[in-house]
Amino acid sequence: MNFFALLKDFLLQFLGLFKNLETLPVECMRLLREFLTKLGELCGITMPQWALDTVSALVLIVAILVTFLVLFALMSVFERKLLARAQNRYGPNRVGPFGLFQPVADGIKMLTKEDLVPRAADKVVHYLAPIVMVAPALMLPVFLPFGRGMVAVDLSVGILAFFALGAGTELAVFMAGWASNNKYSILGAMRAIAQMISYELPLVTSALVVALVAGTLSPTGIAEAQSGYFCGFLPKWFVCTPWGFAACVLFYIGALSESNRCPFDLPEGESEIIAGHLTEYSGFKYAIFFMAEYVGMFAVNGLLVTLFLGGYNAPFPFLEWVPTWCWFFIKLWAVALSMVWVRTTLPRFRIDQMMQFAWKFLLPMSFVTLLAAAAWYYAGQGPKAWMSPAAWSASALIVLLSYLLLGTFCFTRRHSATNRRYLFSE
Amino acid sequence: MNFPGSGIIKGMAVTALNIVGSYFDRAHAKRLITEQYPEERPKLAEASRSFPFLVFDGDDPEKGIRCVACKICEKECPPQCIYIVKDTDANGKPIMRPKVFDIDISVCMGCQICVESCPFESIRMDNIYEVSGYDRFAPLVLHKPQLLKSNAYYHGIRPTEAAATDARIEAARLRKEAAAKAAAAKVAAAKAAAAAKAAGEKAAETKPTQPE
Amino acid sequence: MSASSSNFFSGTADAGALEVSLGPHHPSTHGVFRMNVRMEGETVVKLQPVFGYLHRNHEKIAEKNSWLAAMPYTDRLDYICSGTNNWAYAVAVEKLAGIEVPERAEYLRVIVGEMTRLQNHTAFLGFILGDMGAWGSALMYAFREREKILDLFEELTGARMMLNYARFGGVRCDTPAGWLDKARAYLATYPAFLDEMEQFLTGNEILLSRLQGVGVLSAQRAINGGLSGPVLRASGVDYDIRKVDGYSIYPRLKFRVPRGEVGDCFDRFMLRLLEARESLKILQQALDQIPEGPVVNPAVKQRGFKPPAGEAYGRIEGPKGELGFHLVSNGTEKPYRYHVRPPSLINLTLLEEMCLGTKIADVMVILGSIDIVLGEVDR
Repeated sequence: MNFFALLKDFLLQFLGLFKNLETLPVECMRLLREFLTKLGELCGITMPQWALDTVSALVLIVAILVTFLVLFALMSVFERKLLARAQNRYGPNRVGPFGLFQPVADGIKMLTKEDLVPRAADKVVHYLAPIVMVAPALMLPVFLPFGRGMVAVDLSVGILAFFALGAGTELAVFMAGWASNNKYSILGAMRAIAQMISYELPLVTSALVVALVAGTLSPTGIAEAQSGYFCGFLPKWFVCTPWGFAACVLFYIGALSESNRCPFDLPEGESEIIAGHLTEYSGFKYAIFFMAEYVGMFAVNGLLVTLFLGGYNAPFPFLEWVPTWCWFFIKLWAVALSMVWVRTTLPRFRIDQMMQFAWKFLLPMSFVTLLAAAAWYYAGQGPKAWMSPAAWSASALIVLLSYLLLGTFCFTRRHSATNRRYLFSE
Repeated sequence: MNFPGSGIIKGMAVTALNIVGSYFDRAHAKRLITEQYPEERPKLAEASRSFPFLVFDGDDPEKGIRCVACKICEKECPPQCIYIVKDTDANGKPIMRPKVFDIDISVCMGCQICVESCPFESIRMDNIYEVSGYDRFAPLVLHKPQLLKSNAYYHGIRPTEAAATDARIEAARLRKEAAAKAAAAKVAAAKAAAAAKAAGEKAAETKPTQPE
Repeated sequence: MSASSSNFFSGTADAGALEVSLGPHHPSTHGVFRMNVRMEGETVVKLQPVFGYLHRNHEKIAEKNSWLAAMPYTDRLDYICSGTNNWAYAVAVEKLAGIEVPERAEYLRVIVGEMTRLQNHTAFLGFILGDMGAWGSALMYAFREREKILDLFEELTGARMMLNYARFGGVRCDTPAGWLDKARAYLATYPAFLDEMEQFLTGNEILLSRLQGVGVLSAQRAINGGLSGPVLRASGVDYDIRKVDGYSIYPRLKFRVPRGEVGDCFDRFMLRLLEARESLKILQQALDQIPEGPVVNPAVKQRGFKPPAGEAYGRIEGPKGELGFHLVSNGTEKPYRYHVRPPSLINLTLLEEMCLGTKIADVMVILGSIDIVLGEVDR
């Protein structure tokens, strides 16, 4: 058997994989390993296990990197188009068909721009900051199950690892702010630190709620826990439960904040502190910050999809023919575009209001969802809770009452449009 | 309905309406009012003005030029962007025609005061808007050949105003003619009277007067 | 890091103080305005406005030119609302020379002036949202509608922003055929837009918390500071020159003057919305009542205009406040002294007082709520 016959054989096998799209990515990996083993046999050597592992890991890394960088590129153009439409404009439509090559043009622009480093900057830290920023952001997606059986690193404490790594980006933001030796940068960096500390808590607590009910910290396990249907056709996603909905909204707000997106884009609030920690960055370093932010946003959205929106599960039984990994990316896009929708509507918080919002509203509220989830679990006797009216009403009551109470206390009591009177003189 | 967060939800509804609405909106109707410039040209209103130009009658710019180099616009121009030099004839005597007529459109603010002050209906506002150049100075100083544009062009960009201008000029011409005729008739009458007087005195044959 | 060394203010700063020069190149200082701010954390403890970056010698240029030649320059004072600037200058000159204005010209001035107010207040809603960090949606909606008003201006006067429309004793040109109907038809759609804006903005909890209780100014301080316009009325002072002076045809038109009670940024924001609705009422009446007739007093010689020697102060209620021109004539064809009372500059004088103790983000909102245009501040 010569090399070409082997190649032909495997190519045919590869084409055969397209018959079942659901398992395509996983089977591809299996085929690759087989191909390498056969190739080794052909050359007369036995492929050691570590070599196979290394090669398949590299292939995985490349696959995930490419996927998320393409997502970033597409997001950068679709975000602008959607923002434009919300503002009654056309958005980018000059480069390529419908402006789809805009990211290429942006990339060329970013690469050819002068890379300015302020004379008074701490040059080493200034150089390192984008790298420190992008590395953890690119590592985050490995913990996410993109489809059934499609997870790069299936850790039993995946969620914990995700948050531990995700917090690393904030260090980079502070490095950037400090190293630039610019007052706006340092202000932005200090805001970023304050924001991270405040918003990590409700983010993690609301993820904890899911872990409590699902009984596992593994993202794959949580996604599996949401498969199946209740009442015959309704998805058993956690977002459909009262506590899950509340936790999902809290997680969403936390995700907005963690990815520095409007209305929590204080670290780079352009109307106040120019661009915050990004003020002194230009050219490709700026692009890397930008990329890290978007990849981080996709990663945290992916976690949101996994935790609350059923992960890779189809919403209805009759839609199950669509491959699971398609569902994951559809949901990911939906969440990402909803963030654009939020961005186009809301003004930015002020720093003290943002802190108050986190500590006085989000954190108590996330504890309440914890309580509501516990009530759901015990009133409904565990997994049977989906069909138990007691579980539904108990958790709904807890969530709703505390929301109204806290919301009124936090917002409406102090600020409302109706508490003002305007006099008119003829 | 006034629960906490209701204001944010209302705002989100407005933007959602605009996102969806802008996909279903006819171009330039309610929401999508953008003109995609190089392909779509703006439809300018008749009154729309940018920079001044000089009107000439007929086909030959040099012959038909209305400007008489009276320099009123040069004097009235608020940022003083007009520069005029009177032409001279072969003997060096100034004649009623500009030799140089420059407008620096990098200074001009399109205020239309030159147009209002021109007694000879000669300077008018153009509506060109693509007048950029690679140099800050030379390409933005418009000289007489660039400034001279035909009356037909004027009619093309502002039909109503041009028709009114033409009517005014025509009326002025008729008035002038009538005045000239009246003056000529007066002269003729005076001459005839004088001739009659002379004829009466001398009783000699009279020369027939020639009408002009 | 040398961030805490004192750069702008005399004396040494506290160890924790951070001094930042906001501007002149800053995204939200509405032009080339600069504020030297000393902060403790994010709290402003000292603020010093620095202006003059857009000084263009407006008053001296006017004194070196003929009376008429100052007219197009007034367009460039507050370039958002040139219609009222022209009008104020014409009012001052008419007072100086005792010129009568024909009826139709007064109506046209009111129509252009109120449209100017409408588009200024609409644009304000967008600007202040931009200062709060909203991503341009409100600004784009505001500019979408403003664009349509500017189209009407272009059809009437030939220019979208630099109208140069008023003349001594009237206005420059009459309306083109069908313009009044077009304006009426367009303005009929305006209340729906204001409703949309109100639904979009006024209930928003983030907006409320950013605006309410920020930059509070008492009525007493507002009067002492010489403030005027919506900023003054937001503090609860019932003072509108349209009512006080009763100039032009305003006494004949029915409209109300809104005023706030608290005097914070939210009141200033709401007052613009309420005033826009009143402007619509005025416009509707003016468009319905406008008589036929000449648009400029034929006795007035625009070119070579020579008012008698004397002095006069003419003022109108501009969109941003009391816009006045103080003119001194010595009987020649140039003004002897020409002075502008710009509302933006005088409203800006209390900026530090409003900003002290607030956060750095509030400084931008307070500055935005005053609604300044640097062309007018620096002249």
